[in-house]
Amino acid sequence: MSNAYVPSPSKILDIIKHTEKEYTFRMEFHGSVKPGQFFEVSIPKYGEAPISVSGIGSDFVDLTIRKVGRVTNEIFEKWIGSSLLMRGPYGNGFDVSLFENGETVVVAGGTGVSPVRGVIDALSRTADAKDKHVIAGFRSPDDILFRKDLERWDGLLDLILTVDGAPEGYQGNVGLVTKYIADLPLKDAASARAVVVGLPPMMKFTIIEFLKKGFQEENIWVSQERKMCCGLGKCGHCRIGSKYVCVDGPVFNYTESKLLID
Amino acid sequence: MGFILSREGFNEIITQLSSKYRIYAPVLKKGEGRFTDTDVVMYDFVSDPGEIEIDRKSDYSFKNVLVPFSQTLFYFAEEAVKEADFPDKDILVFLRACDMHALRRQDAIYLENGAEEDWFYRRVRDRLHFVLIGCPASFEDCFCVSMGTNRVADGYMFSVETAQDGIACDLHDEELAPLFTYQAEAVRTVVPSYAKENDTKVDVPDQVPLSIYKDPLWDEYNSRCIGCGRCTLVCPTCTCYTMEDIYYTDNGRAGERRRVQASCMIDGYSNVAGGGQYRKTKGERMRFKVLHKISDFKAKFGCNMCVGCGRCDMVCPEYISFSNCINKTAAAVRAQAEGKEGEQA
Repeated sequence: MSNAYVPSPSKILDIIKHTEKEYTFRMEFHGSVKPGQFFEVSIPKYGEAPISVSGIGSDFVDLTIRKVGRVTNEIFEKWIGSSLLMRGPYGNGFDVSLFENGETVVVAGGTGVSPVRGVIDALSRTADAKDKHVIAGFRSPDDILFRKDLERWDGLLDLILTVDGAPEGYQGNVGLVTKYIADLPLKDAASARAVVVGLPPMMKFTIIEFLKKGFQEENIWVSQERKMCCGLGKCGHCRIGSKYVCVDGPVFNYTESKLLID
Repeated sequence: MGFILSREGFNEIITQLSSKYRIYAPVLKKGEGRFTDTDVVMYDFVSDPGEIEIDRKSDYSFKNVLVPFSQTLFYFAEEAVKEADFPDKDILVFLRACDMHALRRQDAIYLENGAEEDWFYRRVRDRLHFVLIGCPASFEDCFCVSMGTNRVADGYMFSVETAQDGIACDLHDEELAPLFTYQAEAVRTVVPSYAKENDTKVDVPDQVPLSIYKDPLWDEYNSRCIGCGRCTLVCPTCTCYTMEDIYYTDNGRAGERRRVQASCMIDGYSNVAGGGQYRKTKGERMRFKVLHKISDFKAKFGCNMCVGCGRCDMVCPEYISFSNCINKTAAAVRAQAEGKEGEQA
């Protein structure tokens, strides 16, 4: 039996800076990965942290990492050509084919864009991309991630980019993601699908808006963020009720996730 | 096959077995308890069989033989990763019936949950052999009878307990018969004793409705519980851990990865990047723990997680009783059900 805890070195192919705090590390990886899955990345001198896959290529995965205090700082001293220890992918991930036909709305907040970036990319390539809606929310204009992707998606599908708050004179949308749902130009909310990823209060109120608009509970999917220390269903940190987010999730249908109470 | 041994004879058998096994057993640590001049019974590897304590209840469980409080998994040297070594010798573990049941709970999490077995757990698990300590009487705080964990029929090499005529052993491993026969004071039928009744009794609800999450029963723990996590550290069925890397101060390019026991009762357990935290209050944590022990685990694995050893009740510095909490939960479940029936009628 092989030891699933053993991490392997993976080469840093590129480092993309999004904001002062957020960077994407493009890591060499050969194998099958789905959007919404995550890797356990060894953060030097700290330990392992679960990081969502924010991009997938034939020989790489993108990991978007936020510099939040002391613990993850060391990783930002790495350079292209050096490597990080990691293991994965873990979790169920999104089944992209569920969202490719018909009307779909993706709502993502902050780093919650990472797990759905691959989903949005797939939606932007569909024949009826005009029926695909994306609402991406960030704390402030300085916190906007994946700017190049957002620009690209804007021409292909219906994109609403919004910030919670902005300095005076800001030209874009200001307001929480929830305020745009009521006015979405949907043909049939009862058959449309929704994907919601973000902080717990954002997901809660976004889903309330979708249900008000007439969405069916079984047509809503969420991705849960928890502290997954092992990714293997052993360490217990991500358990909610009888589910383990790392192996049963992190993607859950709302009919299932509404029964999960922390 | 039953044998009666003197303590000296028993010690001699353990000494003989020590050539093949490391002995892991409850040991009375005199004066090492939490308060001045108090004792504690903890598990340890013993070299002197005279240290093995079979008459008292152990304050801590056997689980640390499987997953120590702090366990080095890997050594790092630059990009090289090496698994920590493990002694090439089988281990003989002394435990009571409740702990034999707890072992099955540990197996469920480490071997059955998720797609793969835990490699480090499997490595030590395959080396374990067991000695059952009989329970001629129930101890204070035990509620194993209510939990159905007061007996085991097999899974041990031999049993030990203090009887009127000496140390009584029920030998299951035939290979040891010559050793036991040589040391025996007498040969008679021995059936390991088990607790037939406990002073503490619990009523475990069959089904726990989601509405119990909002019940005010959890509120008292907001003020009573101090979130120290001792209850989970002594629990034979708690399995949670956290990964931690340690780099050596005189060479920052070498270090080790450890897994350290964690607890859902302690601050920081659920923290995610950016400061998010789930279950901030002690009441919510108590609810999370209790429902895992008597409901959530059962939903996944078919049996209750709690084995009723009552160690959590013994160790709590705030005198919070887990068994009382189970009974309160059962009462709240009944009250809610009756309330609903009342509404319908």
